[in-house]
Amino acid sequence: MINRRTLLGATAILATIATGAFAQVDKVKVGFVYVGPVGDGGWTYYHDVARKAVEEHFGDKVETVFQESVPEGADSERVMTQMALSGANLIFTTSFGYMDPTINVAAKFPNVKFEHATGYKTAENVGVYSARFYEGRAIQGHIAGRMTKTNKIGYIASFPIPEVIRGINSAYAHAKKANPEVEFNVIWAYTWFDPAKEADAAKALIEQGNDVILQHTDSTAPQAAAKAAGNVITFGQAADMAEYAPLPRVSSIIDDWAPYYIARTQAVIDGTWKSDNTWDGIAKGMVVIGEISDAVPADVKEEALALKASIVDGSYHPFTGPMKKQDGSDWLADGEVADDGTLAGMNFFIEGLTGEIPN
Amino acid sequence: MRLEKRPEPSRAWMVATPVLAVILTMIAGGVMFALLGKDPFVAIRTIFWDPLFNEQFAAYSRPQLLVKAAPLILIAIGLSLGFRAGVWNIGAEGQYIIGAICGAAVGLAFYPADLFIVFPLMVLAGALGGFLWAMIPGLLRVRFGTNEILVSLLLVYVAEQLVASMALGPLRNPEGGGFPGSRNLQQYSAASNGELIAGTGMHWGVVAAFISVIFAYILLNRHLTGFHIRLAGQSPRAARFGGVNPGRLVLFCMGVSGALAGLAGMFEVSGPAGQIGIDFNVGYGFTAIIVAFLGRLHPVGILLAGLLMALTYIGGELAQFMLGLPSASIQAFQGMLLFFLLAVDMLTNFRVRIGRGAKI
Repeated sequence: MINRRTLLGATAILATIATGAFAQVDKVKVGFVYVGPVGDGGWTYYHDVARKAVEEHFGDKVETVFQESVPEGADSERVMTQMALSGANLIFTTSFGYMDPTINVAAKFPNVKFEHATGYKTAENVGVYSARFYEGRAIQGHIAGRMTKTNKIGYIASFPIPEVIRGINSAYAHAKKANPEVEFNVIWAYTWFDPAKEADAAKALIEQGNDVILQHTDSTAPQAAAKAAGNVITFGQAADMAEYAPLPRVSSIIDDWAPYYIARTQAVIDGTWKSDNTWDGIAKGMVVIGEISDAVPADVKEEALALKASIVDGSYHPFTGPMKKQDGSDWLADGEVADDGTLAGMNFFIEGLTGEIPN
Repeated sequence: MRLEKRPEPSRAWMVATPVLAVILTMIAGGVMFALLGKDPFVAIRTIFWDPLFNEQFAAYSRPQLLVKAAPLILIAIGLSLGFRAGVWNIGAEGQYIIGAICGAAVGLAFYPADLFIVFPLMVLAGALGGFLWAMIPGLLRVRFGTNEILVSLLLVYVAEQLVASMALGPLRNPEGGGFPGSRNLQQYSAASNGELIAGTGMHWGVVAAFISVIFAYILLNRHLTGFHIRLAGQSPRAARFGGVNPGRLVLFCMGVSGALAGLAGMFEVSGPAGQIGIDFNVGYGFTAIIVAFLGRLHPVGILLAGLLMALTYIGGELAQFMLGLPSASIQAFQGMLLFFLLAVDMLTNFRVRIGRGAKI
């Protein structure tokens, strides 16, 4: 039988828990550090869309602040520190180059939670998150391989880092599967966002006879270049870029960070936030395949959607053997699926790709 | 209203114009912020007051002012010597990058040896790297009469490609899982340029910046080379008759500005930045040109201008996320500062007369 004293005791313990580790925070302030301008129409734009979704979802309970165009390095460290000083409870740092600064600032503010996009260093109060964009690249590669007439596909790559290399490999593997004649031409732009450079790269690729342009840079400049040239198809990157549909943009990979940002903010409100390493794909809705336009033949569209369905239900992994590395050495045996560790640090091309990864 | 040329520049206006320019910038910037729908007084206060005196931020921002100003001052001091002598080194950004690469390369070569000598060697390597990179446009001008503005500027782009390839290649962190970027020098104590006194932001780069100010002041006022620099700028013909070797002067100015920019890069990579990354440079070499002119090419002026510029950066960041101002508006605000400075500069050399001048 519960007497009054134990009841009181239990209540006291509950109260301690409530005000202690699992404290409910009255108003949570969430900060966002962006590498580009919020109007880039791509990477940063979609992070900001997700920020607005957080505001809408929580209303008065959450306040968000952001800073755009923050250079990676010492400046980002200052911006994060000032955000933490201003009372932010949770800070999302949305570019790979913010990795060490995030870790440094997090060490100084143990009570502030940090979430770093696309990095690999974690701490008690630093979690990392990224999306399995390569799943979307597989679908792009398939459509590209089926639709190219010149059998030449141009790829505007940003930096030779694992995320970008993974995308090239995934797109190539599936283009090749759809069309064995296909050939990839990769240009390294060394930028995430530079409309002039991206346009130059797109024009150069189109002049060389590539009639599909894939991009891992964030502006719509390649779309505009393809539209001007005609008879070239493209895919939206990071954002839908629907203003270029149905041609040249035939589909897109959209980053949808909103569900993740809302979930993590909720965790901070509930006091249940824990550092973790999130890597979600199409199935969890972090990677969204933009509408496949009518410019794509019905059978190709059907195949693409089937490929997507098999990735979503887990029956197919875009990196399934047999696969060899570019130098001809074995990588994946027949039916073997690549492990996340190898994918996370991928620094090699698969067999059939020409050109070298610059280093 | 008409303008009348002064027989010689007004000393009073020379001091007053930068202050006037700042006030005009505040007014015009305030109008811009008001048009963006923000309270102009709050915005101006956030930019100029909060980093220095706001309880929440000042303890952190005040030292950061030094951290941000140090490379600007160091580079601007070097550039000002050349600018006075008519030697236009526009490529300090490139020399800054090369200094950082050389400094970091020396430090990383010793990793993980914990030797006292590592940091001094890095300082030398940084200065030498910047010096040599500046010698390219310098020697080309002296030997072949090329335009140093163009050559030094274009070498910035070469340096940017170089730093990207270094971050991906030779200097890449072998334990970085294939990701670009060097080891973090902050975590390698022998090569780290940390705070000398905790909480002050004072690192070796700040010390070097202060020393460079004193060095430049003495050079310009007490030394024959300084006299030659001023003479060459004011009257190249007289300078030649006065025994100034123009070629040597070009090399001196390019070399000093290159070495100082290289030092700034080295102190940055070993301190606040910590590592060589793909986008290591953030434009200090170009902003320093503004700082040099804002400070009237005078060492003390540059010191103050560097601190003011740093204040607009740090205050500008605060204004962005506290008030939701777009980053472009902060850049426009900084641009206004230079614009007004150049505009009111006229007052030092001209007198404004109201009404018609008396006819004789």
